[in-house]
Amino acid sequence: MSAAPVELPRWADIALVPLVSVVAALLVAGLVVIGIGENPLEATALLLRGALGSAEGIGFTLYYATNFIFTGLAVAVAFHAGLFNIGGEGQATVAGIAMAIACFALPTLPGFLAAPFAILGAAAGGAFWAFIPGWLQAKRGSHVVITTIMLNFVAATLIVYLLREVIGKPGSMQPETPDFPASAILTPMHQLLAPLGLKLPSTPLNSAFFLALMALAAVWLLIWRTRLGYAIRTVGANPRAAAYAGISPAAVTMVAMAISGALAGGLAVNEALGVQHRLVLDFTAGYGFVGIAVALMGRGHPAGVGLAALLFGVLYQGGAELSFDKPAITRDMVVVIGGVLVLFAGALDGLFRRLVAVVLGMGRTP
Amino acid sequence: MSSEPAIALTGISKRFGPVAANRDVSLSVAAGSIHGIVGENGAGKSTLMSILYGFYEADAGEIRIAGEPRRIRSPADAIAAGIGMVHQHFMLVETLSVVENVVLGAEGGAFLKRGVAKARAALAKLSGDYGLAIDPDAIVGELSVGLQQRVEILKALYRGAEILILDEPTAVLTPAEADQLFALLRALKAQGKTVILITHKLREIMDVTDRVSVMRRGEMVAHVATAETSPPALAEAMVGRRVLLRVEKQPRERGAPVLEAVGLSCRDGRGTETLKDVNLTLHEGEIVGIAGVAGNGQSELLEVLAGLIQPSRGVIRLGGQILATADRHPARLRDLGLMHIPEDRHRSGLVTAFSAAENAILGYQHDPAFGSGPLLSPARIEAHAREAFAAYDVRPPDPALKTAKFSGGNQQKIVLAREIERGPKVLLVGQPTRGVDIGAIEFIHRRLVALRDQGVAILLVSVELEEVMALSDRIIAMCGGRITGERVAEQADERDLGLLMAGVTDEAA
Repeated sequence: MSAAPVELPRWADIALVPLVSVVAALLVAGLVVIGIGENPLEATALLLRGALGSAEGIGFTLYYATNFIFTGLAVAVAFHAGLFNIGGEGQATVAGIAMAIACFALPTLPGFLAAPFAILGAAAGGAFWAFIPGWLQAKRGSHVVITTIMLNFVAATLIVYLLREVIGKPGSMQPETPDFPASAILTPMHQLLAPLGLKLPSTPLNSAFFLALMALAAVWLLIWRTRLGYAIRTVGANPRAAAYAGISPAAVTMVAMAISGALAGGLAVNEALGVQHRLVLDFTAGYGFVGIAVALMGRGHPAGVGLAALLFGVLYQGGAELSFDKPAITRDMVVVIGGVLVLFAGALDGLFRRLVAVVLGMGRTP
Repeated sequence: MSSEPAIALTGISKRFGPVAANRDVSLSVAAGSIHGIVGENGAGKSTLMSILYGFYEADAGEIRIAGEPRRIRSPADAIAAGIGMVHQHFMLVETLSVVENVVLGAEGGAFLKRGVAKARAALAKLSGDYGLAIDPDAIVGELSVGLQQRVEILKALYRGAEILILDEPTAVLTPAEADQLFALLRALKAQGKTVILITHKLREIMDVTDRVSVMRRGEMVAHVATAETSPPALAEAMVGRRVLLRVEKQPRERGAPVLEAVGLSCRDGRGTETLKDVNLTLHEGEIVGIAGVAGNGQSELLEVLAGLIQPSRGVIRLGGQILATADRHPARLRDLGLMHIPEDRHRSGLVTAFSAAENAILGYQHDPAFGSGPLLSPARIEAHAREAFAAYDVRPPDPALKTAKFSGGNQQKIVLAREIERGPKVLLVGQPTRGVDIGAIEFIHRRLVALRDQGVAILLVSVELEEVMALSDRIIAMCGGRITGERVAEQADERDLGLLMAGVTDEAA
């Protein structure tokens, strides 16, 4: 007989358990830092100062967080439908390709429509690439975990071919497209806020950050306030009950995957349209996979995804600064810390729930 | 046989968080007797037996087996103490033979041959001692449910069980198979074994037990000799108030036919025919009950009629109109006035992770009353649930509470409220009172009869033959996916229906 899941008050479930997980992860990471002969407290201070100690640091942190919000939401939406979408990388890649095609194929749009059109192109590309595994699962019973991974490789190969042979910059040795039309480029944050009298240093942070915040709100609305969200959650929690209620699990699977892929497309928007202003090889840089950790830590809730994305943004930016100041602590160390976080917040969640329950005197578990 | 009781529990308590599942429970079971334990769902019977079998450890209290104090911390401890358990859901490997299942977990060494040979000899002896005829080389998956249950009992006996706990053993048996089981239990008793029978069927308690203990809300409320009690007295002890075991029902003229099925057949995923040429007519204002042992096509009949699976042949008419393929869809059928209370509320009737209010709109999530456009309105969903829960006495009447936290009876009331409140023309009802306490059973039965009096056509599927007999105007018996006979309820008797359920048709008789 399995032990009944521990029931905790809502506040503990949402705030306390993740906090305990993070602290535990930091303690373990601290041991690793001690192991390589550095002072963990000093390292932590450097990390936090690098991520949050200056306007420039905050800019970078939020720029990373933007990527994680998109990929985290992508995983979260699929999660609610009971699907494990690990294809964020591939979906963002195809989103980037579709966005590039939208930028170059239709250059005649008036300026104020160019960026929205490019963004729609990215969403459509990501949705299409996620719809394929959704369709395969709904109609053929092929598991999305397998097919999304396989399609990651297909997308990675596809972009190489396209950048070399089709949409690449003529005469360039780099696998990249020509620069996107200026009208499609997203405004950098320091330019955007300059008219308000705010003097910000130049960072990769751009208006895609606001798009990410809107995506957080939109996903919350979708999942908890719409009939479609109700159908998605029903299929995710109990597919048989969904069929009984006249909801087609197959249709919901395809729709949820498409929405998930469209959100992953946000990564292409921030990276290509907001920062690099052209499509380059490997622009996804593993953000799609980190999205899984973000969604797990955020428990699939947009508020949690936002906070987890911020945390990973801090780790990425602070980690970069840390490895600059302390060469002994490499970028790989930061990956280790991230990995420990995922382990504690995702996989070992139950451990801390039980611990918190005991500490709160919620009773013993069977 | 010693004079010490086979089992003596004193002061057993067990809490799960704030819930006291067992409170200071004491129980004494005489060696060589059949002891019944009754109680409503959630009364603590299962927890108590789980403590005895080592799934849980009690927070307080003492267990004595044949006078010896024992700590039972795992099923292995329980087996060592001579306790065997036959679970409601069998713990058998269907692809293995009887003898292989019996040695499973007691193989005795790295090589199977010796253990199997030993078990074969032991099985032959056990079969002789108790008249348990069974082929040791039969594949378990090919045996009938009744025989599978015997394999479970043999397994326990092979491990040297002196005390046998049976959890709701007759839920899956025909009346005839149940009688055979009781004969076996009496044979076990005659050999000095002790049997604990957990059930909610009071008739079985009266038939087979020597003494009976009643649990209510985690406490023992009565220990009596079976000969000195009666079903109404036991029911009163279980619920804590007087209950009506009969269903009050006035005769009623049935109306026009509303739902007709002609030549309905159905195949499952493996191509096995689960329904064979079923013809059925439901009229306004009647309850038609389907009597049958679980797994004989009743579930498939409900699911085909509800549009959840498609028939391989046959025609369904609703209100005189033949249902096209597009109409045989749950959402469309709801619009046409055919509502469905599914057999298994956990697996298909509810999303237990949702709030009660959200479950109260399951299947009606597209109703404009619950929102505008693509949006749902939490306020309106909650107001709707509040109203429905008040009308159907759902306790606690808290729409925000997670559905998994309601008792079985209250969960069933949520489903009932949802499907009835819209005024169905036809109501398909599967196992309306499975896992539901007596108080709620009374309520649900009265609601169903009231609906029938209002002119609703009701098709009732239940494994509880008593329930089918009490509620129905007509009873149809099914066996092996086929209708084997029909009786007017007043003229039906249990023996006769039992034969039909076992596949003995009128023509053959």
